[in-house]
Amino acid sequence: MNILKSVAIAAVASLAMTGAAVAQQAFTIQVDGSSTVFPISEAVAEAFQQQTQGRVRVAVGESGSSAGLRKFCRGEIHIADASRPIRGSEMATCRAAGIGFVEIPVAFDGLSVVVHPSNPMNSITVAQLRQIWSQGSGVNNFRAVGGPDLQMQLFGPGSASGTFEYFTEAVNGTARSSRTDYTPSEDDNVLVQGVASNPGGMGYFGLAYYEENRSRLKALAIDGGNGPVHPSRETVENGTYQPLSRPIFIYVNAAALRRPQVQQFVQFYINNAARYSAQVGYIPLPTAAYQTYLQRAQRRQQGTAFGGRALIGASISEVLARPLVLEEVQR
Amino acid sequence: VERDFTKQKVRWGERIMEGLLFAAAAVAVAIVLGIVYVVVSESTKFFAQVSVIEFLTSTTWTPLFDNPQYGIAPLLTGTFMSTLVALAVAVPLGLLVAIYLSEFASARTRETIKPTLELLAAVPTVVYGYFALLFVTPLLQRALAPMGIELPSFNLLSAGMVMGLMIIPYIASLSEDAMRAVPRSMRDGSYAMGATRLETAFRVVVPAAVSGVLGAVILGMSRAIGETMIVVVAGGQQPQMVTAPTQQGATVTAFMAQVALGDLPFGTLEYNSIFAAGLALLVLTLAFNFVAFWLQRRFREAY
Repeated sequence: MNILKSVAIAAVASLAMTGAAVAQQAFTIQVDGSSTVFPISEAVAEAFQQQTQGRVRVAVGESGSSAGLRKFCRGEIHIADASRPIRGSEMATCRAAGIGFVEIPVAFDGLSVVVHPSNPMNSITVAQLRQIWSQGSGVNNFRAVGGPDLQMQLFGPGSASGTFEYFTEAVNGTARSSRTDYTPSEDDNVLVQGVASNPGGMGYFGLAYYEENRSRLKALAIDGGNGPVHPSRETVENGTYQPLSRPIFIYVNAAALRRPQVQQFVQFYINNAARYSAQVGYIPLPTAAYQTYLQRAQRRQQGTAFGGRALIGASISEVLARPLVLEEVQR
Repeated sequence: VERDFTKQKVRWGERIMEGLLFAAAAVAVAIVLGIVYVVVSESTKFFAQVSVIEFLTSTTWTPLFDNPQYGIAPLLTGTFMSTLVALAVAVPLGLLVAIYLSEFASARTRETIKPTLELLAAVPTVVYGYFALLFVTPLLQRALAPMGIELPSFNLLSAGMVMGLMIIPYIASLSEDAMRAVPRSMRDGSYAMGATRLETAFRVVVPAAVSGVLGAVILGMSRAIGETMIVVVAGGQQPQMVTAPTQQGATVTAFMAQVALGDLPFGTLEYNSIFAAGLALLVLTLAFNFVAFWLQRRFREAY
């Protein structure tokens, strides 16, 4: 009888222990959002799970900046990945749902404007880019922008992508305002192929894809008014490659930052962002910036430095100097 | 002993099995109805903001741009053109393969060729897409250059041709089944009249199997209309009124994939445009299936 009893106790105890272990393992940090930020978040999450030996799980999705922030403001996820600052309308939704956010820029994303290597052009001004890409533009020859007498063939990201939105706002002044008669693709490899196989090809996409295909493409230096600047890690970091470089973000639920697992993960993210962003083809922020954001996460300072709008052509030191706000700043 | 045969014992086991089988069949119907419901209800939101007349008559499709236009016509021309090219490749080739397999090949050859052919349908379509873009297009560019035709690196010709390759197995396999179902006696009758094997194949077997062949072609066509990745990768994705296969163009499915892969907020007009495009596609395929059903009945030969 005694033996039976102790066996039963042992069984119950072990059941309870497994239960506790399951409960401990069950906590999963939910991350979702921009597919641009996804590669960094994924790499960081993997390293973090390895380091914590699986005690904390991190699930990373890539449903897009807007979808990610929508889930974030419904409280469905702890962290939203975004390739643009949070919008005024999203801040309002979050506020209405009682969800506070901590904004943490994690790296820079640069866009490159590329042409076929045989094209003699080396640089282009933003005004010329606008001439080519603006809505209703009929420019079909490089002659019109001071280049050779060469028929143009234009390639660009699909109109549903964040890159399209960013480029059109930076170059044409209005997001989504663009000529429509170019070859779009959501697949950057298809765009690389298009420009590389057409002597008159011209296109734009993420800097990382240019760097991977340097031998087949030529990136144009961009003249934003202060002389042409070639896209590179240095020029993006020091803010001279303008207006085609942008910071990318994670937004962390302020209440979730009180949980030790989330706090630990976000600190790990900031401490390793430089390493992993470089690994996946983005440009790290200056070290001082990461220091500031680490403090911001520890103190759970809420708000955005961008006033609820996209910010074109800001250097990171400018952004750091801005006050954090919780409502859209009127222009 | 008198037995009342009108009152049979209820066999519950059988009843339950019958119910389960019915449920399995009903799932298919329920899923179709569910899809129709979602597509129609989501497109209602779209058509609340965009007039049906603009949708059907405008020749510009730029729903995601700053100054949006919602004319489905460019996408439909893209779909028609790529499907036409695919059928031009797949119907003759598929039928020839079917005739060979059914009438001329030995049993052993057939057992080797048929599964191999069916492997064509098992290749992931994104692989076909890059095959079209990186292999077929350069080949076509070189072949067409002497004729003075300058083929752009994205075009519906190459995408459509590779799509044709993909649907050959559908057409060949189903047509062959239809031809093999033609009774032996008809072939014997034909031989008795002094016809050769070739004459028998083309003048007796093919006409007798025409209803099944039509079914095969329609299935291949539906597959081509719905095909997405090949045109997304190799077709160009620029929505324009397509008049020649050498042009680039976007199909209905290519547009839907572009939006679904993109970064658009759910529930916006832009996002709902994919449901309107989907509805157009659904109506189109439904119409084709009705025509096919009618044709099959019209040409059915029963033995």
